[in-house]
Amino acid sequence: MLEREQVLHVARLARLELDESEVDRMAVELSKVLDHIEKIDELDDLDGVRPTSHVVELENALRKDEPRPSLPREVALAAAPDPADGGFRVPSPGAS
Amino acid sequence: MTAAELSELTAAGAIAGIRSGDLDPRELWSAYRGRAAADDLNAYTWVSEAVEPPATAAGAPLAGVPVAIKDLFCTEGVPSQSGSRILQGYTPPYTATAVGRLLEAGAPMVAKTNQDEFAMGSSNENSAYGPVLNPWDRTRVPGGSSGGSAAAVASGSVPWAIGTDTGGSIRQPAALCGVVGLKPTYGAISRYGMIAFASSLDQAGTFTRDVTDASLLLGAMAGRDACDSTSLGLPEPVRKPTATDLRGIRLGVPEELSGGGIEPGVMAAFERSLDVARELGATVEAMRLPHAPHALSAYYLIAPAECSSNLARFDGVRYGLRVDDGGGLLDMYTETRAAGFGAEVKRRIMLGTYALSSGYYDAYYGRAQRVRTKITEDFRDAFASFDFVVTPTSPGVAFELGAKTDDPLAMYLNDYCTVPMSLAGIPAISIPNGLVPAADGARGLPSGLQIAGPAFSENAILDAAHALERALAFDGSPARGAA
Repeated sequence: MLEREQVLHVARLARLELDESEVDRMAVELSKVLDHIEKIDELDDLDGVRPTSHVVELENALRKDEPRPSLPREVALAAAPDPADGGFRVPSPGAS
Repeated sequence: MTAAELSELTAAGAIAGIRSGDLDPRELWSAYRGRAAADDLNAYTWVSEAVEPPATAAGAPLAGVPVAIKDLFCTEGVPSQSGSRILQGYTPPYTATAVGRLLEAGAPMVAKTNQDEFAMGSSNENSAYGPVLNPWDRTRVPGGSSGGSAAAVASGSVPWAIGTDTGGSIRQPAALCGVVGLKPTYGAISRYGMIAFASSLDQAGTFTRDVTDASLLLGAMAGRDACDSTSLGLPEPVRKPTATDLRGIRLGVPEELSGGGIEPGVMAAFERSLDVARELGATVEAMRLPHAPHALSAYYLIAPAECSSNLARFDGVRYGLRVDDGGGLLDMYTETRAAGFGAEVKRRIMLGTYALSSGYYDAYYGRAQRVRTKITEDFRDAFASFDFVVTPTSPGVAFELGAKTDDPLAMYLNDYCTVPMSLAGIPAISIPNGLVPAADGARGLPSGLQIAGPAFSENAILDAAHALERALAFDGSPARGAA
């Protein structure tokens, strides 16, 4: 069973604010899912098995580093909540 | 053309009608646009207001037959919200490759379809824009995450649609709505412009009324794309399927995916289809996929881990919602994400972040990746002896709205039969398997037959599915019931 503290720690890592009831519910729900997931511990033939991160065997494909047109700045900024001076304005990291 | 005729017209039929001059593509556009606008299943999040269809090239193979697009495909100037409140009203500055290829091939976008938020769900109840109703029974879910696309095609408000499948999000809703759903080999279709959920698993695919239409849509979308380094295309052109028998075809039925946990009615429909396959000349044998029972566990570590990383981009800076109470940057991030994401998305972000966090990475994520290798090897061994692996697509028929919303694990078990193929990156199709009679003697609900083959075996799968579809002769439409 996940402790409240663990849930709060993971929420901080994930940049999620959870209210009190969400913390409790998350602890219960995640614990239940993790209990099920931990059934893979029953597998005893995983030693030395290569992990699969991707099914496609990819080779690094390099291209010449040549300038190409990209989205115009105003188009790239069109959906931003707070564009300013040709950039994305954000609240100060120092404020609290 | 009457409404009933229109709702049962296949896209291939519409193309033939346009070519022969019996159908006018402009009237077809107008008719489907009207049907999509009048839809009362909440299948759509956007319907084109253009009176005239977008121009398509003369002689284009899909002849101007309109298509519906799952919300998560970026479409320039058209809302692309991935079912999420955090992207409410977002209109991208570019169009996904798959959608662009469809327009080039002559299939203009007439509407966008509802979905579970960021494609996370098996019932479409996780959409910020409300649940989609199953056209067979409006008290039930259409499946998910591509529930809108499945319900749209099943109800006949569009001839065909596209969706995405990460762990079953095309095949399961296709099964629950009685239509054909194809998830191609990972990499067959570019992911460029698909709002990402789990990048090593996400794959675009098709919802159609029959297998021939699936081949046409796949052929139009498949191909390598310089904008997606994991796109491979297909090694040979997609052929229109013609097979009418299964002589010499060896079907493997994995014990792990066809026994316990499958509803008896779904199992009975599956057994009947296997009998039909035998009549068509196939051999049917029980076989093993020893690691398949652990696929769901591996999937529910790998997919949330990838989602927790992919969804980090939704932070109130570059697009979408921002909630800022003046507490500084970090508070803006956490408040924006708290307000913008729904419960299931938060759950998966938490699960994925936990699985990747220091001290747990090897035990969870690393182990899941090893299970993924073993599952891929299980399939490789299977395809040494069998042409295809066949299973019921979903363990049950469509369930009632709300029945599983309070039990995430019960919801996840919907993906039991579809997740192994996703982890292995192999293609699989779901075709209607007949109706499962309801206990109270009502008409019954659709179930699906899943046919999976080795990577890049799309032509062979389409042929086998075509032969079975013909012999099973599922002629059901929600308006009429199965013939």
